[in-house]
Amino acid sequence: MSYYFTIIGTRDNPLFESDFGTSKVGGDGVARFKEEAKYMNQFIVHAALDLVEEVQWSNKELYQNNHVHCYLTGGNVKFMLLMNPDPSATTYSAYPTSPPSRPSTARQSTILLAANPTSQATEEAVRQFMNEVYEAWVKCIMNPFYQANQVVTSPVFRSRVVIAAKKYL
Amino acid sequence: MASQKIARQGEELWKTKIEKVNAELVTLTYGTVVAQLCRDFSTNNNPDYVEVSRQLDKMGYNIGLRLIEDFLAKSSANSSTQACGSFREVAEMISKVGFKIFLNVTPSVTGWSADGKSFGLVLEENPLADFVELPDDGRSQDELWYSNILCGIIRGALEMVQMQTEVKFTSDVLRGNDTTEMRITLLRYIEDEMPPDDE
Repeated sequence: MSYYFTIIGTRDNPLFESDFGTSKVGGDGVARFKEEAKYMNQFIVHAALDLVEEVQWSNKELYQNNHVHCYLTGGNVKFMLLMNPDPSATTYSAYPTSPPSRPSTARQSTILLAANPTSQATEEAVRQFMNEVYEAWVKCIMNPFYQANQVVTSPVFRSRVVIAAKKYL
Repeated sequence: MASQKIARQGEELWKTKIEKVNAELVTLTYGTVVAQLCRDFSTNNNPDYVEVSRQLDKMGYNIGLRLIEDFLAKSSANSSTQACGSFREVAEMISKVGFKIFLNVTPSVTGWSADGKSFGLVLEENPLADFVELPDDGRSQDELWYSNILCGIIRGALEMVQMQTEVKFTSDVLRGNDTTEMRITLLRYIEDEMPPDDE
């Protein structure tokens, strides 16, 4: 199971990204909005842009069993989380460095979160994750040396995000 | 003990006579000042952190010259405090009353030198440096003393009460050290001098 988490600034520039779980990321995604519906269009654009930009070759016709969550902060900064239940099972042909598939984790993944992305428990977990990241984010931008819309390079912030991911996802 | 009396005085002043301002406002304002100084003193996007530290000290010096009046007015209005009898008393006043009424922190006085002319102030918490991470360009960790304005303030204030001192930071948690500590050294007592060329 893999997650790809990214923070997008106000100018559609990515400020931070991080992968969890196995290091595979999915292609195009079905967007599921958690907040403001009026951002949904922008949202689908982001999802398409970001993920296409990231390494994978994506096949736009197929919605490949991926789901995207978005959390919107007061400063119009978007936290986006992409969930992909079992990357070795999704079919895209031109992925260069595919790791060997692991049957044991494939079995486990049915009880893990991303296997059932529409469930209440998943949403709850993602919401808690986003809240923790939001707190870490606020502390990060209070740093006087951080300029708005700058890429986040702080190792403290990165480690906080990873810890939150381990806790909730 | 005299130091407890001084501590109590500081606490009492803090509670009654001081107008308070939001701490985050102070933190963010100071942070902006430092960040702007770094931008102003940079050539080709390389900030000259040594110069920034020097400027912070100069700014602090000007603040200290004026702050001492405010401090003396507040601390002698409340209780009839005698002037400090020794440099040790000065140290206690700075840490327990001065820092308390202006920043609401109480640094601890440590590391007295053998001749009693130099001591260290260890700050457990530094409100000026909340949420701050030094920029990640290798040099700022070695060259920038973020809270250097405090050194200037102490130096300026003591100079107005006839003590010439040297105040420097020796360690800073922002740089990765364990504590934030500054060293205050008394150079000499300033006697009133006649201006030169006086007939």
